[in-house]
Amino acid sequence: MAAQAKYTLPDLPYKHDALEPHISAQIMTLHHTKHHQTCVNNLNAALSSLSTAVAKNDIVSQLHLQQNINFNAGGHVNHTLFWENLIPASSPSTSPSAAPKLSAALTSRFGSVEKLQEKFNAVLLGLKCSGWGWLVRDIESGNLELTTSKDQDIVPVGKKPLLGIDMWEHAYYLQYLNDKGSYAKGIWKVVNWKKVEERFESSPEGVFGILSGLRSSI
Amino acid sequence: MASTSFVRGKATLPDLPYDYGALEPSISGKIMELHHKNHHQTYVNSFNAASEQLEAAESKEDIAAQIALQPLINFHGGGHINHTLFWENLAPSKNGGGGEPAGSLKTAIESSYGDFSQFKTKFNTALAGIQGSGWAWLVKDNETGQVQIRTYANQDPVVGKYTPLLGVDAWEHAYYLQYQNRKAEYFSAIWDVINWKAVEGRLK
Repeated sequence: MAAQAKYTLPDLPYKHDALEPHISAQIMTLHHTKHHQTCVNNLNAALSSLSTAVAKNDIVSQLHLQQNINFNAGGHVNHTLFWENLIPASSPSTSPSAAPKLSAALTSRFGSVEKLQEKFNAVLLGLKCSGWGWLVRDIESGNLELTTSKDQDIVPVGKKPLLGIDMWEHAYYLQYLNDKGSYAKGIWKVVNWKKVEERFESSPEGVFGILSGLRSSI
Repeated sequence: MASTSFVRGKATLPDLPYDYGALEPSISGKIMELHHKNHHQTYVNSFNAASEQLEAAESKEDIAAQIALQPLINFHGGGHINHTLFWENLAPSKNGGGGEPAGSLKTAIESSYGDFSQFKTKFNTALAGIQGSGWAWLVKDNETGQVQIRTYANQDPVVGKYTPLLGVDAWEHAYYLQYQNRKAEYFSAIWDVINWKAVEGRLK
């Protein structure tokens, strides 16, 4: 049986303090080096247990591991997508004009980019659990949609994630406390529209990049 | 007989039976204040709002609207109940918090878990295993009378077959300002402020 690939924590494409004042350096440091790292560690441990169970033809243990793999692999995928779709506010990529094709599609679907942002924020604030809000593109129809995923679930099959926002309390609590509305508002200042446009145009495999192998094993 | 319009009582935020700082160092005063004054208050307000909408839907006999409101009632009503039980099953250590259960509760825990220390270990494992937001509870099975540890997602309340005895909030807002990602330290420290007398009272 081939040795199980080990997943590693990706570097951030910016410094931990680079998203201030919208997301504090303390949040980014803990979120990346602790929370995301824990998902990676737990995922590697679960995959190693899975290899053992497969080698032993132990199907019950394999089934018992699914929830654990779903959670930690999902956490790894979601956080990787999240870091990539953020960028310091000083970057020109934080303007929707950096995503001309997507902006046109959003305007036609939601009325305007601002309306999309309002609707997206309503979706984020409506979450009744730890979870994520997503702008996705339906792969078959090409339609743009807003959706949520609970805990660390990834976006469902058939949808391509374009923009993900982490609504777990650890993503904002040290800075915004219970005022999640201000976090949801502030995060638009650091959205990497250029990246979101790339995903809009890309194949589903392209969106997940190095993670596509992982995605198919969740 | 003249019809009388029934006005439902509003849910209100209960006072804490101790000061915000009274559970330190297990739970910081700042966490307690935000948790009680902001989070719990929001559950109360949102539950009342959903209840009003439910009343309107009932009076219009709009069944679809009544069903559509259930997740909100469950979440905010659950949040109100869970937090109320949580505040009551905590106490400052200088005022009876911590220590070990006694009497019939001790007997029930030992019958299910061997001894208190094994129970605590199992409870902490259950807390650490919650993926996402939720609670761990010691509950009584109303059919068998036995006690057991169960976890509940989000604000799902302990209702139906089980009676809630002891609840520990594992939402990140319950510990993050003090413990950040080190939630095991929170789970370990909370035992110093458990109000076992209140827990035993619920068993009866």
